[in-house]
Amino acid sequence: MMLIPCPWCGDRIDAEFTCGGEAHIVRPDPATASDAEWADYLFMRENPKGLHHERWFHAHGCRRWFHMTRDTVSHRIVAVYAITESAPEATG
Amino acid sequence: MQSWRNSTGGIIDRSRHLSFTFDGRRLSGHPGDTLASALLANGVHLVGRSFKYHRPRGIVGSGVEEPNALVRLGEGGFVEPNARATTTELFDGLVASSQNRWPSLAFDVGALNSVASGLIPAGFYYKTFMWPAKAWTFYERFIRRAAGLGQAPEEPDPDVYEKRFAHCDVLVVGAGPAGLQAARAAGRSGARVIVADEQAVPGGSLLAEHVTLDGVAGQEWPESVSKELAGMSDVTMLTRTTVAGYYNHNFLVAVERVTDHLPAGESALPRQRLWKIRARQVVLATGAIERPLVFPGNDRPGVMLAGAVRAFANRWGVRCGARAVVFANNDSAYRSAIDAADSGIHVTTIVDCRAEPRGRLVEEAQSRGIDVMAGRVISGVEGRKRVRGVAISTMDDSASAAVTKECDLVMMSGGWNPTVHLASQSGTRLAWDESRATFIPGDAASCQTSAGAAAGSFGLAQCLRSGALAGTEAAAQAGFDGETPAVPEVDGDTGDGALDLEPFWHRPASPRDGKAFHDLQNDVTTADVALATRENYVSVEHFKRYTTTGMGTDQGKTSNVNGIAILADHVGSSIPGVGHTTFRPFYTPVSIGALAGIDTGGELYDPVRRTPMHAWHAGNGAHFEDVGQWKRPYCYLREGESVDEAVQRETLAARTGVGILDASTLGKIDVQGKDAAAFLDRIYTGTFSTLAPGRCRYGLMCHDDGMVFDDGVTARIADNRFLVSTTTGGAAAVLSWFEEWLQTEWWDLDVHVTSVTTQWAAIAVAGPKSRDLVSGLTTTDLSPDAFPFMTWRDADIAGIPGRIFRISFSGETGYELHVPASYALALWQILMMAGERHAITPYGTEAMHVLRAEKGFIIVGQDTDGTTTPHDLGMSWLVSKKKPDFLGKRGLARPDTLREDRKQLVGLLTEDPREVIPEGAHVSPEPGAKPPVPMEGWVSSSYMSPNCGHSIALALIRRGHDRMGESVAIPLEERTIRARIVKPVFFDEEGARLRG
Ligand SMILES: [Zn+2]
Repeated sequence: MMLIPCPWCGDRIDAEFTCGGEAHIVRPDPATASDAEWADYLFMRENPKGLHHERWFHAHGCRRWFHMTRDTVSHRIVAVYAITESAPEATG
Repeated sequence: MQSWRNSTGGIIDRSRHLSFTFDGRRLSGHPGDTLASALLANGVHLVGRSFKYHRPRGIVGSGVEEPNALVRLGEGGFVEPNARATTTELFDGLVASSQNRWPSLAFDVGALNSVASGLIPAGFYYKTFMWPAKAWTFYERFIRRAAGLGQAPEEPDPDVYEKRFAHCDVLVVGAGPAGLQAARAAGRSGARVIVADEQAVPGGSLLAEHVTLDGVAGQEWPESVSKELAGMSDVTMLTRTTVAGYYNHNFLVAVERVTDHLPAGESALPRQRLWKIRARQVVLATGAIERPLVFPGNDRPGVMLAGAVRAFANRWGVRCGARAVVFANNDSAYRSAIDAADSGIHVTTIVDCRAEPRGRLVEEAQSRGIDVMAGRVISGVEGRKRVRGVAISTMDDSASAAVTKECDLVMMSGGWNPTVHLASQSGTRLAWDESRATFIPGDAASCQTSAGAAAGSFGLAQCLRSGALAGTEAAAQAGFDGETPAVPEVDGDTGDGALDLEPFWHRPASPRDGKAFHDLQNDVTTADVALATRENYVSVEHFKRYTTTGMGTDQGKTSNVNGIAILADHVGSSIPGVGHTTFRPFYTPVSIGALAGIDTGGELYDPVRRTPMHAWHAGNGAHFEDVGQWKRPYCYLREGESVDEAVQRETLAARTGVGILDASTLGKIDVQGKDAAAFLDRIYTGTFSTLAPGRCRYGLMCHDDGMVFDDGVTARIADNRFLVSTTTGGAAAVLSWFEEWLQTEWWDLDVHVTSVTTQWAAIAVAGPKSRDLVSGLTTTDLSPDAFPFMTWRDADIAGIPGRIFRISFSGETGYELHVPASYALALWQILMMAGERHAITPYGTEAMHVLRAEKGFIIVGQDTDGTTTPHDLGMSWLVSKKKPDFLGKRGLARPDTLREDRKQLVGLLTEDPREVIPEGAHVSPEPGAKPPVPMEGWVSSSYMSPNCGHSIALALIRRGHDRMGESVAIPLEERTIRARIVKPVFFDEEGARLRG
């Protein structure tokens, strides 16, 4: 029941959003990626205890994707930034 | 006759009588009573049988902490099991009955469990019924009857529930002395405040106190504060409202019992209302719960919490017995003893396990003639359905030295536990407080503070001060500055709340002592703790589950700390060393109805989507099925026809004459922009940039792992515009997939996507007579040369501007007619009229399924399961080899997707052509093979085909493509079906009809 600050709509209840999982996963070049690299891209995800950069989608709102840095223990939201941006400094 | 009711005292209305029944017996009470106080006023102590041993049980507490007195309320659909008698407000006509007894409360067959209790130790269920698995079905019938608390109601709940959201600056949980002061402070600052209290009137513990505050009687002071709060426009007082769950970011869930205190059906208001509250700041003024003492026989009816006896006397004017013995390890029990004595109970003795109890309270008790026995414990209880006496001995045992005292009431107090449930739920860690021997909230995990007894301040003056400070601070944190209200002058308070407590957890038991319970609701004894320790269930979370301590509807309100302390003793650790289990929502049980709200069952449960032609379908025999949220005709039943017969008739008609299908539910996405073609090239396995405007192409979409995720026909409308069609069920997921890639990875592409599913209705016209029918309604040239297969045209269709697509999911010559949704019903009716001469047949989804299966056309999600690649489906021709990249390309080159023994789509023909294999059936290699028989695959689609004259099936079978002609077995429960693997196409393999 988090209160998520959508960069476009402001504070909204988390039921309006879907979580797109770990952020900043780079899709390897399919022409050169090894099987292991491709498997890592497809299947392997971090599961940190603490700060986590995530992708979120305001599905029942503006239908925009954005990035959010969240503490997976306390659910504290540390940063919200554009889907085109890289992780802000000093947020893990 | 309420012979245990005093003629004065308490806050009940003696001028009015309320009639109620318990187990059919007619009794009476007064407004202001709870069911428990009314039962006790009538001398009823025995109210239930215990969970496991079916021991007689009585009322222990006076409020939400009650572990025993769980009753069944109401009748028929209004039945509520496991209601606490102590929190059930009495009303005229209330019907209550005891639970967990058969055939009667006084004589219960299950009590034999008590005799055989050696057979039901901790972990009994885990040990006894785990193996062999089959035996469970045998045991289950007996266990279901013997175990558990109340029975769930059998009829649908006729009550109405509702939900609402609320927002506030400060939420105050609890309207006792601390909560009221906090609300007052926050309210005066101008903050938006919600105060929630579980009781019918505010006041909390004050309602059971004999004190004055600023000269006002303690039982009246709460009302004066409520009046002040009622005058503040931004303060909302919710009574009969339990805050039951504390979630992330200060989101709390509360249940308001709107009409539970009224006879069923008397009010038009909902029964309960679920509040979802988002608060900037929360003040937890949830009070404290008295702790029982653990001694043999402490579960006998008549053994009660000392504070509860005091509350029944002071608040309800009820004497819980005639002759009482008190058992205590702290000073608060003395105050209870004094008030009990003043209410007319003959309190003979205080058994105090402290060596040297002293102070004003001790002297006051002694001055009333109460004998204080220091350094003693109760070592046994006489009486089964009611206490008759107690054995008192020294700390270090010796039953020989025991003295017995006659009594019908035992008042026990082992100290007080702050009600830390909500604080713990919020993530606040609890700290062990040695002096009070209890857990108190540590640093708050969210914007929250605990106040009053919930924070370990047990004295009334301390509570009032702590609440005022907490309310002021919470308001200030939320941006509202105000003055801290003055603390009222307390007269009659007998101390600062210091308990002078010496912990007493239990005395090592000897077998002859009998059972000593630390958890009354779950029937857990000290012997169970010893057993759990011997079997190494010493982690507190394991211990909880193994012994069931703190489970059930009670969630350990009276049992947790005692259980943990005894465990610590057994494992030779400290209490903080053992730690505590996690408190989880809900604080008290919440009815399913309140969680579901008003939208239970019926049409509001989930959105229902209907096509524009729905009314026609409904009026013409449609037998509907749910496809996602859509209602689609499965078939159209004629007079006297079965569903199977209708499907066969419709399937045949589409290949012999002309059939029409409402295909409006298919997902449609308008894709526009100068990079639209490039985008679709990345999305689909095939190539769409080479498609000319006016043409259509079938495509498969894969996730990046190479697994098929949706399919459909896409038409190029113009250079920069496509119409993508998706499966009915996949429409939303495909749109989200497009948006995800466009926003998160390919934001450089100039592409816009919009769902037009409901803007355009679609009618599929299929069959040898379809061209004749459609050409009569349009000037567009439908001849095969002018309008070939897999093309589309803007067209005027019976005067309606629309689009004609020469595409077919049936494998017949066919057209899909797309018109704006508002014209769709008209067009459908025109087609039905114009088609009369061809005996036009509307067909439903099942005929559509049979037709497509005859052709071997797949349905994503039925013939695929998320582990199926285009190659597995035999559709490699749809996968581009030229494109450098598309979603799934690299995934299709993974070692796993290249495996040769993957399950591949094949057809199956049964040996007996009339036999239809159940869908989902497993396929195994050899009939009669010895177990374990390998599972070679499964049947994904299976029908009787009227056009083939035999049954047909599609299946995904290991290495299926290389096994054409091979025999397989489909073992069912009663018989085995034999079938042969064939190509997955059963009708018109060359596609002459499709293209003709
Ligand atoms: Zn938004």
